[in-house]
Amino acid sequence: MSGPNHSKRDEIRSYATGYGLALALTGAAFAIVYWPSFASTTTLAIVLGLALVQMVVHFRFFLHISLRKSARDNLYLILFSTLIVILMVSGTLIILLNLRVRMM
Amino acid sequence: MSSSEVKHPALNLCDSDELTHGLAGSEVLGFWVFLMSDAVIFALLFATYGVMLPATVGGPTPASEYNILPVFLETLVLLTSSFTFGMASVAMKHGAPRRQLLGWMGVTLVLGLAFLGMELHEFATMFGDNAYPTRSGYLSSFFALVTTHGLHVFFGSLWIIVMMVQVMTFGLDARVKINILRLGLFWHFLDIVWIAIFSVVYLQGLIR
Repeated sequence: MSGPNHSKRDEIRSYATGYGLALALTGAAFAIVYWPSFASTTTLAIVLGLALVQMVVHFRFFLHISLRKSARDNLYLILFSTLIVILMVSGTLIILLNLRVRMM
Repeated sequence: MSSSEVKHPALNLCDSDELTHGLAGSEVLGFWVFLMSDAVIFALLFATYGVMLPATVGGPTPASEYNILPVFLETLVLLTSSFTFGMASVAMKHGAPRRQLLGWMGVTLVLGLAFLGMELHEFATMFGDNAYPTRSGYLSSFFALVTTHGLHVFFGSLWIIVMMVQVMTFGLDARVKINILRLGLFWHFLDIVWIAIFSVVYLQGLIR
């Protein structure tokens, strides 16, 4: 069973893996903007996609959120907060952008 | 109550200190709830920024004000500080010599302050270009979002200093350990918010 009782070495390796992955994802996002090679909307979609993946990497390797049963509550809290955030952010954007269009 | 359970986000103490691990569950989870509410604040600042983005009233625009290299360096510094704080957590959990824990915390503190220095320098350059918060709706929302994150990093740095002093005066008792776990959560959380800032604010503004 893989519990959270890892040896010190495993834990350091886990942080190092997360750091390496995060560096690669950050580098990719900046590189694609620095050397533009796609249409601007495609680039934006890729940048946002990479950001999402990097957030998952940070949650997994730095905050130790996993799908393991005893860690499930923490994950539920993140997912619930994400739901609230999506509702509030999309609501704000829809209402205010709609307002702008109508005021123009 | 098993010591091999994951009780909260961040590194779990588990067998290395079963007593504190038992306490840490509710104590650290409570702080995690606070961080999630903080995430909602940041999300709404992002929404405000998105709405205000076209409101430049003929003044400075994202493309004219952002520079990719300083932002890349800031990102690397903050990311590295997240890793060094992780090393501090591992040192604490496995009872490494105290100066090793203090060393990693010190490195994290220096990186945090370096990040703040670079950010202030960037703001100074923007002010020099007449890009100040009252210039336009876009700049108001930009400074509201990015300085809120900067203030978090500033208070996180203060907190690191406080925890280093606590480790030196009280040693590693249960209270100090739980506080360092909370500080770790806070620090890693700020790095996650920064991912959103460099992607949504800086990179989006620089895409041609």
